Amino acid sequence: MNLKMMALIIVVGCFIIGALVYIEWPYRSGQRLQISTTTSLYDTGMLDTIADYYKQNYRVSLFFISAGTGQAIEHAKRGDADLVLVHSPSMENTFMQVDGVGVVRKIIAYNFFVIVGPEDDPAGIHNLSPTEALSTIVTSGRSRQSEWVSRGDDSGTHSKEKKLWTKAGFSSDDLREESWYVESGTGMGATLNMANQMRAYTLADIGTYLKYRSDNLIDLEILVAQSKDLLNVYSVMAINPEIYPELNFNNAVDFIKFLVSDEGQNIIGNYGVGDYGQPLFYPAVSLSLENTDPITDWIREYAYLSYEGQSWECPPPYRAGQDNLYL
Amino acid sequence: MIFMILEITLRSLLISGTATLLATLWSTPIALSISMREFMGKGAVKSLFTALIGMPTVALGLILYLLFSRTGPLGPLHLLYSPSGIIIGQAILITPIIVSFMVSALESVDPGIRDLARTLGASERKASLAVLGEAKRGATLAVVAAFNRAIAELGVAMMIGGNIYGYTRVLTTTIALETARGEIELCIWMMVILLVIVFFLTLLINLFRRD
Repeated sequence: MNLKMMALIIVVGCFIIGALVYIEWPYRSGQRLQISTTTSLYDTGMLDTIADYYKQNYRVSLFFISAGTGQAIEHAKRGDADLVLVHSPSMENTFMQVDGVGVVRKIIAYNFFVIVGPEDDPAGIHNLSPTEALSTIVTSGRSRQSEWVSRGDDSGTHSKEKKLWTKAGFSSDDLREESWYVESGTGMGATLNMANQMRAYTLADIGTYLKYRSDNLIDLEILVAQSKDLLNVYSVMAINPEIYPELNFNNAVDFIKFLVSDEGQNIIGNYGVGDYGQPLFYPAVSLSLENTDPITDWIREYAYLSYEGQSWECPPPYRAGQDNLYL
Repeated sequence: MIFMILEITLRSLLISGTATLLATLWSTPIALSISMREFMGKGAVKSLFTALIGMPTVALGLILYLLFSRTGPLGPLHLLYSPSGIIIGQAILITPIIVSFMVSALESVDPGIRDLARTLGASERKASLAVLGEAKRGATLAVVAAFNRAIAELGVAMMIGGNIYGYTRVLTTTIALETARGEIELCIWMMVILLVIVFFLTLLINLFRRD
């Protein structure tokens, strides 16, 4: 009996150790980077493509944790990420200049948010400016003719939405008390599905929208697009090595260099062309170098951070010795 | 795609299987000592374990996240976003199920058996094992129910595992992610696999219980 028990415990013990070694192996062996990112980037699948490419060519595994921008930054503040890939300049600014955690910020890509809604467009916002469109939706919502679905999850898209409401003269804190304004509290895809079911309007990033639309999961139409107010800029930031010295800062900087290189920018600019007939993201680096497109000024105005009266992609005190990235 | 589904299924089985083994390892002695001994507050301890069965997975996920986070008290162990972290979380999650179910099973065994074993000269430990042997059907059911809860839970796997591709992505987190991505077909496959695992195990146990 005692022998049998001992044998059983040894077998079970071996199984547990074996299972642990087997599933922990990819993590404990080799180099890796933990990246907190936003759902709008991750759900398109582009980051998986980048991870495969980077693993093959640079032998570093990229582990993505996807959440809203607010949550991604929160994870990073607790030291649970080597890098963040996010899209909310105001939150990035706080993360960098107030919290002092974010460093080496580079703008890597941009695209446009779109206001989408049902094909019959009950509020009649087609081709209006974003702020006019929102005011029209409020009027129409209050007379029970249309509804609005807000992300309500502190993501980059949600923060953009709140800014647009403010610009249109409303406060999202007040609007959320009204019955036609619904908060989904989830990611972009789920929110699009919800808007689709409710025949409601919502603000979406173009990447997720195109994917859902081309897979016939939704039949919402783009009603307002491509305007300065709807610009969406993605940036990458490393974590201040003085605060979390045990994080992999050097690998993080290498990955940032890769993202802004022609190699990385090409992957970004070509992703989705085959499937959707247009890229989901536009590379931002060459644009700011050539400095001819009017969008360059839009990006500068929207996504640069102010420091001592000037605006910067990354203010000088937060470059952590990587000044050669900002020539 | 088939390779990916197999890999995720295998990882799910390994993680939840290991969690169940671990939880069984420490829950069995707990259940034995609760059911075999008389002590102050025994009823309260039993109620506590029964109440903990209803522990929301997201609540446990959040508590463990704060503990495992790099700045948390257990940060240096690097358990956050690792399969070991999910194993520990799921093992904690299912401990109340095993303890509660096992205590009920043990207490339904005729108390005469233990006394008989003692009169025949068995030590306290051997007597306990004899009772456990009598309650083995109920005990097995406890373990299977616990495994089913572990493999089907989402909160801990998502918050502690982080759903990292090729590392901590399991069946339930894949379903959550791919639904958001609009990959409904893949989700349906994952759901079928999950249901097959859960049903198949329960069926197996029922066959076993019949004889």
